[in-house]
Amino acid sequence: MSALADLLSSGIVRTVLMGAAILGAISGMLGAFAVLRRQSLLGDALSHAALPGICLGFIIAGTRDLGSILMGAFVTGALAALVMMLIVRRTTLKTDAALGIVLSVFFAVGVVLLSWVQGQGGAASAGLASFLFGQAAAILRSDLWIMGGIGLTALALVLALWKEFKLVSFDADFARAQGFPVTGLEAVLTVMVALAIVVGLQLVGVVLMVALLIAPAAAARQWTRTLGPMVVLSAVIGAASGAAGALISAASRGLATGPVVVLIATGIVIVSLLFAPQRGLIWQALAKRRARARISDGRVLTTLQGLAAAHSDANYPAEQGMLEAALGTRAPSATIAALEQRGLIQPVTHPPETTPHWELTAAGHIEAAALSGKHSPKSDEGTQ
Amino acid sequence: MIASFFGSIPAMIVLTGILVGLSGALLGSFLVLRGNAMLTDAISHSIVFGIIVVWLMTGHMSGPVQVLGAALTGVLTVVLSELLARSRLVKMDAAIGLVFPALFAAGVLLISIHARDVHIDVQTVLLGEIGFVWLNTLVIGGVNVPVAVVTLGAVLVVNLAFVLVFWKELKLTTFDPGLAAALGFLPGVLHYAVLTLTSVTAVAAFDAVGAILFIAFVIVPPATAYLLTRRLWLMVVLAVGVSVAACVAGYLLAIWWNVSIAGMMASMTGVWFALALLFAPERGLIAQAFSWRSKRLDHDCRALVAHLFTHQDTPQMAEENTQRALVEHLRWPAPRARAAILRAHDRDLIERRAGLLTLRPKGTAEAEAIFGKSDWR
Repeated sequence: MSALADLLSSGIVRTVLMGAAILGAISGMLGAFAVLRRQSLLGDALSHAALPGICLGFIIAGTRDLGSILMGAFVTGALAALVMMLIVRRTTLKTDAALGIVLSVFFAVGVVLLSWVQGQGGAASAGLASFLFGQAAAILRSDLWIMGGIGLTALALVLALWKEFKLVSFDADFARAQGFPVTGLEAVLTVMVALAIVVGLQLVGVVLMVALLIAPAAAARQWTRTLGPMVVLSAVIGAASGAAGALISAASRGLATGPVVVLIATGIVIVSLLFAPQRGLIWQALAKRRARARISDGRVLTTLQGLAAAHSDANYPAEQGMLEAALGTRAPSATIAALEQRGLIQPVTHPPETTPHWELTAAGHIEAAALSGKHSPKSDEGTQ
Repeated sequence: MIASFFGSIPAMIVLTGILVGLSGALLGSFLVLRGNAMLTDAISHSIVFGIIVVWLMTGHMSGPVQVLGAALTGVLTVVLSELLARSRLVKMDAAIGLVFPALFAAGVLLISIHARDVHIDVQTVLLGEIGFVWLNTLVIGGVNVPVAVVTLGAVLVVNLAFVLVFWKELKLTTFDPGLAAALGFLPGVLHYAVLTLTSVTAVAAFDAVGAILFIAFVIVPPATAYLLTRRLWLMVVLAVGVSVAACVAGYLLAIWWNVSIAGMMASMTGVWFALALLFAPERGLIAQAFSWRSKRLDHDCRALVAHLFTHQDTPQMAEENTQRALVEHLRWPAPRARAAILRAHDRDLIERRAGLLTLRPKGTAEAEAIFGKSDWR
């Protein structure tokens, strides 16, 4: 605990934590739209395409100046999006082929430029490789201003165009019919995905950036059905995984930040997929079990009701074997026990037979009538 | 002679690249046509996890068992993504984007943790080290052959045999999975067979070109070939040709500029793609632009003929059947009007008589074809 306190008291660590949280929040916020618009893999292509831009920014600026590097990454990312659009619109190649082409070729060019820069030597060039997997420790206090600026810009855009983004994300055709400039809005959203990627590069690197875009949004989606809370939650999850990843990576030597952040975010996704109310897998499994039990209960009750009606005896004691024959299957003992516990049926003896018999209670008759829509014979009409 | 070929470093580097390219192009052709190209992306990232786990378990990195073991991760990624998508909690694209980064991140972390013992570092994972394939050799028939060449050669033989043996089935399941299933050809099994082989190839190619550049070798040459032909066998052959050309040109340029060899080879696949995109006959961007222009010119000709026909022998003829009317009444820019008149003149549809544009018999026939024989005027 005291080690953690030491870590937190250091100014550098505080800067890194703050930077990581801002980056995670921006990516989470913008990723929500990318996931809803099924453009997750576009994020993957654009993030790989940022590598040549990083190298070009470095080559042009001559130093590891964050501003020019991010500018370069943004320019090649946007270029990749344009090329991608060109391929999809002007050829018959499928979208995924276009994504794969853009991703791999831009990355290859980035690798070539990276090896060229490293061949030129120079101390600063060593830092470029950290953009592959991210290095939160390299975040400087001055970088925070750039990140904060981009974050505020993105936030302002999202707030200003909230209605339009919402419409385009869920029903682009309707938006077009209503006369919204859908192509322009989609372009703005794509540019913002590129922006999110660019700011996230320092934290998770070009290769794993896609996870920081998708994972918080996919996790947030499980907990809510409304866009507003989803975007906010996604930003919070992004910030939390970013900060936690940066902390772990800073505390342990030699672990790149990106993979740690991604694994934390994936962990949150897994928890969300399993435990989220309504949508979660465990919730679904429980709901399914309850539905099964309800149907099974109902079948036993209505069968007993039917037997009682056939014998014109509301208190007709149905023998266990008879019940099974009527159901066509073994009546599950769990169902019988549950029904008995709920006071809907009760065990009776029917001497001289020694096998267990069951009859409907008054409550059981009401329940069975509600289920089958038929009235049970009145108990006083019964003739032995 | 053979020994000197296998002893030559440049020959071995280019050969390694070509072997990766050939294997990739064979499988990639089907992946691109089926719309599964991005599964390559998922597979090639996540095998990193498989490779490191297999290494931790067996202590070796090369060998048939290791290659198959690592390749399992690739298939596992696809299975997991499809299961996740089927749960309908996330869409397929997000499912892919959730599973492979997680496996890749786990792989990278394991490599960082065991960095001292394992011979790959995190950067090799991405970039490969094709320049060093000749360091690790194996003696076959008295000749030192690089291990990578042996492994990739074996993988190529398997891939080639698979594609040749199942050619008909692959073709059918690729173009009409519904019919294939109805005929009992098990498209699902074949789908996973292609993905398994892609995984195996990715693992074998990992040392040479790394996880990401492999995607370029699988997707880009087939996509290039796709722009050039509509015949499947020709597409596969062209894809293979593009791969070889990219490897040779990439190697030469990389040596010349002193940059990453694998990176340059992958970049060259992109260059060939860009050339095909621009210059492909019929479907290239330039051919498209030409055909669009010529279609517009044809249409303008028809409009011109119709315009002249409408006003022929009417009081407005002197005013309407001139070039100026096209500019002022039809609002065509002057160059467009001039081009249409020239084209119509060349095709013997119109002539210039006494300062007016009049229809030739062929032009009248075309106008009548447009309006029908009825004398609606």
